[in-house]
Amino acid sequence: MKYVSRRVGLFLITLWAALTVNFIIPRVMPGNEATAVLATFRDVNPAALHALQIEFGVNVHQNILLTYVQYIGNCLTGQFGLTAQRVPVLTEIISKLPWTLGLVGVTTIIAFAIGTLVGVLGAWRRGGKLDGLLPPMLFIVASFPVFFVGLLLLYVFAVTLNWLPLSSNYSIGLEPSLSLSFIGDVLVHAVLPGLSLVVVTAGLWIYSMRNNMITTLAEDYVKMGRAKGLRSWRIMVDYAARNAILPNLTGFAMQLGYVLGGSILVEYTFSYPGLGYLFYTSTTDHDLPLMQALFLVYTLAVLVCVLLADLATAGLDPRTRDA
Amino acid sequence: MISTPATVADDNVLLRTTGLTRHFRLGGLLSRRMLHAVDDLDMVIHEREIVALVGESGSGKTTVARLLAMIYPPTRGDILYRGRSVHKLHSRKDVLWYRGEVPMVFQDPYSAMNPVFRVAHGVMRNLKLHRRDLDGAQRREEAERVFDIVGLNPAADMLRKFPYEMSGGQRQRVGFAQALAVRPKLILADEPVSMLDVSIRAGILNMMARLRAEEETSILYITHDIASARYVADRIIVMYAGHAVEQGPTEVVLSRPKHPYTRLLLSAVPDPREKAVPVSADSGEPPRVIDPGEGCRFRQRCPYAIDKCATVTPLPRPMGPAHDAACHVAVPDVVDGDEAGTAGEWRRTPAPADQSLFG
Repeated sequence: MKYVSRRVGLFLITLWAALTVNFIIPRVMPGNEATAVLATFRDVNPAALHALQIEFGVNVHQNILLTYVQYIGNCLTGQFGLTAQRVPVLTEIISKLPWTLGLVGVTTIIAFAIGTLVGVLGAWRRGGKLDGLLPPMLFIVASFPVFFVGLLLLYVFAVTLNWLPLSSNYSIGLEPSLSLSFIGDVLVHAVLPGLSLVVVTAGLWIYSMRNNMITTLAEDYVKMGRAKGLRSWRIMVDYAARNAILPNLTGFAMQLGYVLGGSILVEYTFSYPGLGYLFYTSTTDHDLPLMQALFLVYTLAVLVCVLLADLATAGLDPRTRDA
Repeated sequence: MISTPATVADDNVLLRTTGLTRHFRLGGLLSRRMLHAVDDLDMVIHEREIVALVGESGSGKTTVARLLAMIYPPTRGDILYRGRSVHKLHSRKDVLWYRGEVPMVFQDPYSAMNPVFRVAHGVMRNLKLHRRDLDGAQRREEAERVFDIVGLNPAADMLRKFPYEMSGGQRQRVGFAQALAVRPKLILADEPVSMLDVSIRAGILNMMARLRAEEETSILYITHDIASARYVADRIIVMYAGHAVEQGPTEVVLSRPKHPYTRLLLSAVPDPREKAVPVSADSGEPPRVIDPGEGCRFRQRCPYAIDKCATVTPLPRPMGPAHDAACHVAVPDVVDGDEAGTAGEWRRTPAPADQSLFG
């Protein structure tokens, strides 16, 4: 329990630090939300600029501490202001969030599962056929840029073979509903972006898992399990893999930033309207409030995953619980 | 072959190995270099007997334990347990029967337990695997009983601990408790005290002696410490570079060692009762166990080596009642078919080779 409360406390402190950095960076950069919107115009009418500043709530003359307190309050209540298109940032994010969460979340879990499984099996039958083939192959693919793999898949499966759709999250003209045909359509659209993410990220977990597994397999308690007469799958899962996965869980949370970065490229490649695509458009539009909010969302995602990994480690390894 | 004296009936034999051999291939696929960990080991363990397997690191002691525990299959040779060939056990029931009767205790108490489970887990898992008739409450009771036997008190509290919360000595006791839980006939104890503080060793050794007396288990006690073998063992088998070079009753082997290697081992143990005798020069060269070829493997270090030692591998020869040594030079106690009696008689036995050997 002490461990959990300490982890949660650390999470809150890191979150606060991230919020503060997110507050400071735009303020040390020249300009503000209003000037960014009007940057493409020359000879801006000062009245128009002032009107925009009021609309965005930019007040350069206010005490910075007061602004900071207001900012923290706004973040906690989800008031992130308006996008360049005058839509509330929160609405915009919430409308895109499920798509990214579905795509990136599911593919990350699949990639982690595949990577871990291949690592475990590869180490279990070290030097076997599976071990000789899959880990090196996936590791080579993991070093490709994700958009490259995405474009390759697009070229083969969408352009040449015409099996799968080129872009977007569902067919144009379809009304979102919970019907089977709509869900099927969404899944078909998710195959290529999902596949490119899985292919590129699965290799990240394989080698560390395989190496951890080889180390634990040499431990005496594995031999002990064998001498006791335990079935080999139980030795593999309960004795070797359970201990080998512990360092990998932390690694999983650490690699998540990389995965999220990859998801931006994938969503852009496939014009998949999720948070990553939104991030891309917000940077090209110089949409500061949206960027700021998205930074926070991504930071929060990584922090939550680190927290979850820590809690999972506590669940699997008794030594961390009392430490 | 082992010379079994008439007094030990053959039906008393619990486990017998014949020509037990294990080689490991070194290097990659193309490598043909073979490490001879154990070569042609013939040994017997009787019921309610503590047999010490003594030898230096790399002599193949641990490999013997792992072969007997069926962690590796042997390259050649056979293990007969109660007359049944262990490698002909195929059904899961038969394999479990053997593993249940012959559990193993590992050398390193720090790595022999899965760190993510409470220590009760290992004992309970053993009970679940090997004693299917017990229900949950009975298993708990049995776990507490074996924890009491090995001296982990209070048992109920100890069972709830995680391995990292215990000391090395306590962990080693847990190792024995796990083995005991399955009502073993033979415990394979692989250097159970070598990783423990000297002050804790005696406790573990006494516990082993008590297990033999009260639970009627045999123990194969593997050690490099000949003094602790003297303390608990009924019989001693000395291994060198994968060969059993000498075996016999503890007192006989230790008081009248025949093989030069055994003598070397004994000279390393200080004995306050005897006058300090300069240790025969030991070149200290490690044995060659990778593709060793023919010949005695101790010959490079042996002060008594003759030409024959380099070309012919010595086979175990009877040296006295139930006492064998694999040495071309050693001279048996048996003179003209008469068994040598006491140590005094043996000392008076005139033999020229004896002079060269022990002079």
